[in-house]
This record gives sequence, structure tokens and C-alpha cells, in this order.
Amino acid sequence: MAAAGMVIIGGGECGMRAALALREAGYAGPVTLAGAEKHLPYERPPLSKEAMLAEGEPTAKTIATAERLAAAGIRTIIGNAAERIDRDARAVALSDRASLLYDKLLIATGAQSRHLPLAGPPGERIAYLRTFDEALHIRSALHAGAHVLIIGGGFIGLEIAASARTRGADVTVIEALPRILSRVVPEEIAAVVDRRHRSEGVVVHCGVGVARIEEDGRGVAVTLSDGHHLAADFLVVGIGAVPVVDIADAAGLHVANGVVVDEHLRTSDPDIYAAGDCCTFPLAIYGGRRVRLESWRNAQDQGTLAARNMAGADEAISSLPWFWSDQYDLTLQIAGLPDEGKHTVRRLLGDDAFILFHLADDGRLVAASGIGHGTAVAKDIRLAEMLIGRRACPDPVSLEAPAFKLKSLLAA
Amino acid sequence: MTWTEACAAADIGEEDVVRFDHEGRVFAIYRSPESEYFATDGICTHEHALLPDGLVMDDIIECPKHNGRFNYKTGVARGAPVCVNLKTYPVKVVDGKVMIEIG
Repeated sequence: MAAAGMVIIGGGECGMRAALALREAGYAGPVTLAGAEKHLPYERPPLSKEAMLAEGEPTAKTIATAERLAAAGIRTIIGNAAERIDRDARAVALSDRASLLYDKLLIATGAQSRHLPLAGPPGERIAYLRTFDEALHIRSALHAGAHVLIIGGGFIGLEIAASARTRGADVTVIEALPRILSRVVPEEIAAVVDRRHRSEGVVVHCGVGVARIEEDGRGVAVTLSDGHHLAADFLVVGIGAVPVVDIADAAGLHVANGVVVDEHLRTSDPDIYAAGDCCTFPLAIYGGRRVRLESWRNAQDQGTLAARNMAGADEAISSLPWFWSDQYDLTLQIAGLPDEGKHTVRRLLGDDAFILFHLADDGRLVAASGIGHGTAVAKDIRLAEMLIGRRACPDPVSLEAPAFKLKSLLAA
Repeated sequence: MTWTEACAAADIGEEDVVRFDHEGRVFAIYRSPESEYFATDGICTHEHALLPDGLVMDDIIECPKHNGRFNYKTGVARGAPVCVNLKTYPVKVVDGKVMIEIG
């Protein structure tokens, strides 16, 4: 009997990387990817930045062209989401009622924007950002002089704020927590970002919620929890994302803030894997701490790892969390999870760039976070990532000294 | 074809890279662990990012922005997200100066 092959549900970064990685791993059977969006899988990071800033009409940045997919023998079904997994029949039902049989299945359904009930559904003047089509919609509102209100001071909200401001819009950011970027970014780095937005003329309100939102044909009226009223031409809600797990849940897989997988990315069904934003997994480097990451690099790394394991390998997760954000000409990068650290060592790299090394009580380097112009902090963050992976305990005095080459620690 | 002086050979540490700007273009000049010299375009083929800010490990340059990898000796793209090779340029060292041939 011919092999049913590998099926990947979810047409984002993770699913696409997995499909390509199956071929790179030498798997020769059928590979099928099914995604809900009507575009071939594309890169999402530019949506909040380059796509908003492009002079002309932007195009989606396709991960692999139709020609490349055809050459690799990857069948890509777009605009047709997986709706149900029948584990007994090893089949996935698609929204058009087609059925795909699988030997191994990868769930790479990603995450979707967390909705703010007060804002109602997305509309002419209210948007969320996850997809290319949503990016085009927001982009159309970023005129010079337009007032753009952004609810949520996380990566997405702030990147849109920077793009909107760069295009000349008046921008206000509302953050419910006492400071912006409080989820993974250390306070000292968030403060640099906050100052930069304010110096660019963005109005940032932290520690205040939203009590009421009204949209009419002319604008959006927002009442804050402290009673203040704001009027805007356009509202963007960027309050995080939730994993897309309905299909896994309905199939009886173990789900708890994401599809639960082991260190090999296997779900509670040994023939079904999950990877990327939709899964929760153990990080061995932090004693098996279970996390769910919404990050581009994680989507790539896990898509690749899941593919290798589906093709017969038995490899455990070894990559580290890694995040970045570009706002104006600033880039911040984070390797590891800073909240694992108990002590911080600061390395100054010129006037405008610095790195924080986060050390555990036993001196082990557990995370590094940095910010600077362009890619000023990138090399040292990358070296720190490798040191974290090696569970190194570098001398804090060396870490602090900009002239000391971190690379020499790798040879030790 | 003309040879252009990029930098002094001693300006680049072993297994490292420096930036060289010439007539509006950015180049990356490398010194391998064996102290051989190489040159490539300085901008990543994936998105606008300065490769000279990246990390050199053996014969690989890793983009500082999204970790795309290239063999800087051949220009061959070696890992996601990059799939387009990097242009390379002939290099020679004369009297302690690194010269590159820009077509």
C-alpha cells in the first residue's frame, strides 16, 4: 500500500518550514500542507514594519514560491482550513469537505489575535494585526495627520505605532499594565523604547484600561477607565494572541494553553506532532519549564525539528527562546527568558546600545537582552545565546567589559 | 575590473568581519580562522541587514537580523530564511592591504 504521507495543518512560518524540512530530511513520500489563508505561506514579521512603510502597494513576502514548492513536491492547499481530525481513520477533513489521509500529522495552526470584547468585531475603523490582509487594511489608515489609537503596548502595538508615526500619523498607545513590554522585556530596555516613542511624539498612557469603544462612520471614540475620552480616526487592538487549538481539542488531544507536546514535539497521540505558536513545550535548559512561545524563530526551529522527527529522527528541543523587535531605527533582541535570571550584568556598547546578561543564583547565564541602533547588539546576543545553550557560568567582570571578546568564552 | 583597497589586513581579527563602504555600496571583508581573506556583498539577501554586524564561525557568516547563514567563501546560502546566494568578490592582500576586485 502506498504511504498516505505527511500532512501539515497550518499555512504559516512553522508549517511551511516543516514541509521544506521534510524534504531536506530526505523524506520522499507525499507532503501536503493545508492553510486557511488565501495566500501561499508568507513571512509575518514585515507586516507591522516594511508592509506598513512601503511606498507602493506592498506584496506578501512568500516563504517559498509556487515553483519551489512544485519542485520539492509539496502540495500546498490554500484558503481551505483543516476542520477536524479523525484519529481512528488517520484523516483530516478540510473546510471544503475534502479529506487528507496521513501517516504522521503536524498541527501548526499558530495563534490568532486576542480579541477585546469591548471593541466588537474588526470593522472599517477597528483592526487587529495577524494577516497580510489585515496589514493592508491598517496601512490604508496611516495618513499624515490621521489619529491612530493603539490598544496594547506590546511588540505588535509598538511596532505599528512606530510605523504609523513614521508615516506621519498622530499616535496614541494605551497600555493597561504599569509599563509597556512587560511580558518578556526587562524594564531597563522597555524604558529605552518608551522614551524613544515619546521623543517621536507618540502619546503613551500606561496603567489605564479601556471602558468603552464606539465606532461610527467618522471615527472611533474611546473612553478610558479613568474617565478620559479619546477620539481617533482608526483603532488598532494589539493585546496578544491566543493559540489555535480547537481542532486539537476536538480530537481529544491534551490541550492546556496550547497543544501539549513532549520534548520531541509529539502530542498525546504518537502520530501527531504540534509545533510553533500553538503548542506548549518543556524547555530542558530551564529544568523542563513549560512555555508557549509566539516567535518567528521558534516557529522555524520547531517546524524543522518536528519534520525531522516525523521523518524518523528522535531529536529533543535544543533551541532557545529568541525574540526581536524593530521600532524606528532601534532593534531589541532577547535570547532566553530574562525572568529566569536573579542578577543582571550590564555591558555598554557605545552610547546608544547595551546588553543585559541575566544570571541565575549559581552564576549560570540564563538569558541576554539588548537594544541599540540597527544590529549593534546582535553579535553579542548571538554569542550569549550559545553560552546559555552550553550552560556556561561566565565571569561577570568579562561580560561587563566591552573590549572583552565574548567569542573567546566559547573556546573555553 | 579594478582592484580597490578595502582595509588593512590587520584591521580584521581572525574569524571576523569588517564593513567596507565604497561608492554607495556596502561590502563585508572577512578573515577566516586560517587568516585567508574573503569579500562579499555587505547586505543580506533576505532583508536589509548589515552582514558585517553578524557573527563569523568557521566559514559561515550569520546575518545579525534573522540568522540567515552563508558560506562567505563561496556565497552559498546555508540555512533558513535565506535562499538566495550572496555575491562574492576576488580578494588579494598586497603589502598588508586587503584589495577587492569590484566588477
